[in-house]
Amino acid sequence: MAREGDQTEALAAMEASREGDSTLLLRLRGTWRLAGTLPSAADVTRELERAGATALRVDASGIAGWDSGLVVFLFGVLETCRARGLPVDHEGLPPPLVRMLALVQEAALPPPSSQAPKPRWLERLGRRALGWRERVRDVASFVGETTVALGRFVTGRARFRGQDLGLLLEGAGPGALPIVALVNFLVGIILAFVGITQLRRFGAEYYVADIVGIAVARDMAALITAIVLAGRSGAAYAAQIATMKVTQEVDALRTLGISPVEFLVVPRLVAITLMMPLLTLFADLMGILGGAAVGTTMMNQAVASYLRQTAQSVTQGDIVGGLVKSAVYGALIALTGTARGLEAERSSERVGEAATKAVVTGVVAIIAACGIFQYVFFLFGW
Amino acid sequence: MTDAILTVRNLTMAFGDRVVMEGLDFQIRRGEIYVVMGGSGCGKSTLLRHMLGLQEPAAGEVLFGEESFTRAGPADRERLLRRVGVLYQGSALWTSMTLAENVALPLQQFTKLSAARIQEVVELKLALVGLHGFESFHPWELSGGMQKRAGLARAIALDPEILFIDEPSASLDPPTGRRLDRLIRELRDALGTTVVVVTHDVASIVGIASRALFLDGEARRAIAEGPPAELRDHGPDKVRAFFAGGRGLEPSPS
Ligand SMILES: Nc1ncnc2c1ncn2[C@@H]1O[C@H](COP(=O)(O)OP(=O)(O)OP(=O)(O)O)[C@@H](O)[C@H]1O
Ligand SMILES: [Mg+2]
Repeated sequence: MAREGDQTEALAAMEASREGDSTLLLRLRGTWRLAGTLPSAADVTRELERAGATALRVDASGIAGWDSGLVVFLFGVLETCRARGLPVDHEGLPPPLVRMLALVQEAALPPPSSQAPKPRWLERLGRRALGWRERVRDVASFVGETTVALGRFVTGRARFRGQDLGLLLEGAGPGALPIVALVNFLVGIILAFVGITQLRRFGAEYYVADIVGIAVARDMAALITAIVLAGRSGAAYAAQIATMKVTQEVDALRTLGISPVEFLVVPRLVAITLMMPLLTLFADLMGILGGAAVGTTMMNQAVASYLRQTAQSVTQGDIVGGLVKSAVYGALIALTGTARGLEAERSSERVGEAATKAVVTGVVAIIAACGIFQYVFFLFGW
Repeated sequence: MTDAILTVRNLTMAFGDRVVMEGLDFQIRRGEIYVVMGGSGCGKSTLLRHMLGLQEPAAGEVLFGEESFTRAGPADRERLLRRVGVLYQGSALWTSMTLAENVALPLQQFTKLSAARIQEVVELKLALVGLHGFESFHPWELSGGMQKRAGLARAIALDPEILFIDEPSASLDPPTGRRLDRLIRELRDALGTTVVVVTHDVASIVGIASRALFLDGEARRAIAEGPPAELRDHGPDKVRAFFAGGRGLEPSPS
């Protein structure tokens, strides 16, 4: 019993002596508690070797009290003796202890095939390098499955819950408004500052309204909003789905014949892809206002004239282009988030990992897509 | 009674306005195996949560020895809980750790044992529950019953004075269940552990209980307490029916 050790308790002690020709007699005395210093099975092994004994007898009549410490010791001694084929006579042990040891030994089956040893770093590197094919295949099959499920959604045959979609729309849209507004307003301010200080060198700071307006409408609003949502919704999707894997909720869907892709991925994909353009439109406005805040104070320009100038320079095409991009970013966020969640293993550690990976993959995918868009828009002269 | 290690006094358990059990009054004696039984949903797990301070009573209190646990402050509660080991209904193993790490954590946090000694203890505890050789497995690599047994190994890591077990045999085959019953008895006999078991496994109740408490979900109170054989043969109708139902398919008298 793990109670505070009595100060006056006798220390655990072990005394080995020969009994007859070949038997080692082990006398145990004192109080055997885990917290104290206890002899170890290795001590017994040494005694056995020194005496050249072929049998062991344990006498515990001198023991005053014990906890698992004694059981651990005796378990070790019995294992040693069993490995060496020595018979052990433990008549001298308290009966409950003998029964407990019997229970342990019954269970001491040969251990299951131990797991493969951890590969060395070179091997791990090699495996990772070779693993890319599998990854490509996984990604392709996930995208394919999602496309099929999306088809079923469009034709109204996908299995999912309407409420879920409602909540997801709310979370990805109105829920994100304040942070999207704040971040985009700040980005507008930054762009205007950089623009004015650089343009001033050419005496062209008057064009800051054009620059901020076009940058925000074409790219910045969509990009910044997407990055915010990757951190907000992408991570949340990954964590939620990974948790559902830990608790076998995903298995429960599967065995019901409900595709997790239809039930979990598609609603999130739809929600965020619908909400991203709306958020981005709002972000356009906030970014331009941020620019106006700086532009009008630093150049003593009237707000109305700043905004009029913005309106003249930013075309409808710029805005629509930004919105199209934002929808694509939204789809990427949903896909990376849910994929990271679904690939997680059944462990709480993996839930955190899935969320982290979702954000990292999401942001990388968004920025890569942004680069591709630049090139394509440039090629077509949009 | 001075040898009561745990006392539940006039306890009422409720979720908001919904009362689950009312006026529970019982004492658990040092070194006994006390079984709480009753139908599914009657409030057994909830009672366990009350005894562990995971949920606050709507009325009444829980005492460890002479000391009120319900009225104790956080520091005192922590000290009292140090004497306790718990096996939860769902095992509650830490999924990011191996079995060995699960069992080792309490030892690392609350003792000054060396790493080598801890490893020995971990091996012993896992062997006790029949999981020798599974040290490096993660919980999700085990069957439900194996997880349950690993949870027990973790619960007894610190040689608790009181061991709480929620449904020990729920996901185990009968032989493994009986082996677990034996282990519970040996823990009590060899280490003097007081065991509080929640279960509706009748064979297990008769096999291990010193005394049993029957919770009636409909009446929302305890309707019988005593040695299981006595409850089975002379208890109230409801309790006798509970025991009889557990015997399974009896040939119908023809
Ligand atoms: N968190 C909770 N909120 C509200 N009610 C709860 C909560 N947990 C449990 N209950 C209710 O309390 C009652 C008792 O639940 P409890 O889990 O204690 O049952 P049990 O006796 O352990 O059943 P079983 O044998 O099935 O495990 C049930 O009616 C349940 O609906
Ligand atoms: Mg329960």
